[in-house]
Amino acid sequence: MSLLLFDVLLCGLLLALALASVLSRQLSHAVILYIAFGLLMALTWARLAAPDLALAEAAIGAGLTGALCFTALARQGKLAASPTLSWQQRCWPALFVLVTLFGLLLLVLQLPAKPGPLPALVMQQLAASGVSHPVTAVLLNFRSWDTLLELLVLLLALLGTLQVAPAPVYQSSWVLSRSWSQLLAPLIIVLAGYLLWAGAHQPGGAFQAGALLAAGAVVLKLNHQLNWLAWRNIWVRFFAIAGLTVFVAAVLTAWLLSGALAEPVWLRWPPELAKYIILLIEIFATLAIAITLTLLVVAEQPATPLSLARQEDDEAADG
Amino acid sequence: MVEFSSSLNLFLATAATLVAIGVYGFIVGPEPLRRIVALNIISAGIFMLMVVLAYRSAGPDAVSTLADPVLHALVLTGLVVAVSATAFALALLARLGKTTADRPEEPGP
Amino acid sequence: MSVGGELSVISTLLSSALLLTGLLFFIAGSVAMLRFPDSYSRLHAVTKADSLGLGSIIAGLMFYCNWWQNLLMLLIWLLVLASGTVSCQLLARFCKTKQDQA
Repeated sequence: MSLLLFDVLLCGLLLALALASVLSRQLSHAVILYIAFGLLMALTWARLAAPDLALAEAAIGAGLTGALCFTALARQGKLAASPTLSWQQRCWPALFVLVTLFGLLLLVLQLPAKPGPLPALVMQQLAASGVSHPVTAVLLNFRSWDTLLELLVLLLALLGTLQVAPAPVYQSSWVLSRSWSQLLAPLIIVLAGYLLWAGAHQPGGAFQAGALLAAGAVVLKLNHQLNWLAWRNIWVRFFAIAGLTVFVAAVLTAWLLSGALAEPVWLRWPPELAKYIILLIEIFATLAIAITLTLLVVAEQPATPLSLARQEDDEAADG
Repeated sequence: MVEFSSSLNLFLATAATLVAIGVYGFIVGPEPLRRIVALNIISAGIFMLMVVLAYRSAGPDAVSTLADPVLHALVLTGLVVAVSATAFALALLARLGKTTADRPEEPGP
Repeated sequence: MSVGGELSVISTLLSSALLLTGLLFFIAGSVAMLRFPDSYSRLHAVTKADSLGLGSIIAGLMFYCNWWQNLLMLLIWLLVLASGTVSCQLLARFCKTKQDQA
């Protein structure tokens, strides 16, 4: 009974925060409410027996997305109150959404309570995957295709962002926030290393470690530290791409190694090597995710004349 | 057992409602940044639906048996993709704001 | 609570009292954040009440856990204390700078 009470409270808070964020008068309020919503989401994942997601959400949903939205707010400059909408502009969408919600509720509540065959299958094959934590096994062995494409999506998003994002608005930083971020840095590195290591047998892994590292690096970057962490640094570029490259190289190697078999299968690790392959990929993926997410949040212009944004800025400066 | 299934239904309903709230915010806006936030609320609703479906297989005592790891892995991938998409959208938004700010008095059609 | 099955009566009472005190502090802090007039008093209320509230909730939970979990909870409390203090300072400075500019 007490758990149900907790659930009702949690769901009520989530809905209230989401609604308030959508309906609030000021944009800054909407962003702050959304960050609170992200924190409660992390709590919800923990409640729903998904500690991996709770770890990732706490770093990504509440930390990085918040930093992203605040950067966007700072770019917009002076905040005016939102334009008021007429009741017609509010009513018709609301009606449409209510009808959709009714249909969704009907559908969702009809979902069968029995789980599909996949969890049992994962548990059955877990011993041959090279790791003992099922989520890591799915991410980097059974469905490694997803992870490979996800690294590609991250890289593409970074390349796009570097092309279009205007130069960041730099604020001066206070000594207090600078020294506090420096004090937190070793703690974050230790925690990220632990998460990466723990991922093989308990909640944790490359995504969480990368997101945590990125959150720490963003705080340091906003305080004008870590100046080497920019796209112009060749090593940063190398490691941002290395996640994908190492993954593809591992896939090709495994493919060649299994070439002796009658039917070599794409993206399948040989069971005796799986542990080491996964560890290798995870290390490079962590670094790539950390660097990419950091650069996505504090997007800086690369100092190449090829960049569209840079050219426009130069033109603006000349004219 | 009754408590478990009513919890499950509560979370399923919350996920659907979150999607609905997000869709409403996405339609009504009015600022682009709020639309991006609304899009994130929609994705939170969808992730929640998937996590609740994963939680079904855990059973009433979620400590002893594990939730569906396939769905968890999908949501984990989705979280990272969602944040990178948000970052790209915000970068486009910033560029849009800068472009319109550079040319304030554009002759109307 | 199924975890605290074998606690003595005194420990249960003590832990419940601590948990309730923590909740009271949290509620007081939240109410103060909504009701207080300006940013400085709100910051003051939230930071103080919440760090004390978290402290007493952790003290109340300590009756239920082993020494390792207790140590971790204490470390978390210290981290929250420190970050609360720092962010309170930073926000207050931001408010001051804004006030001076206006």
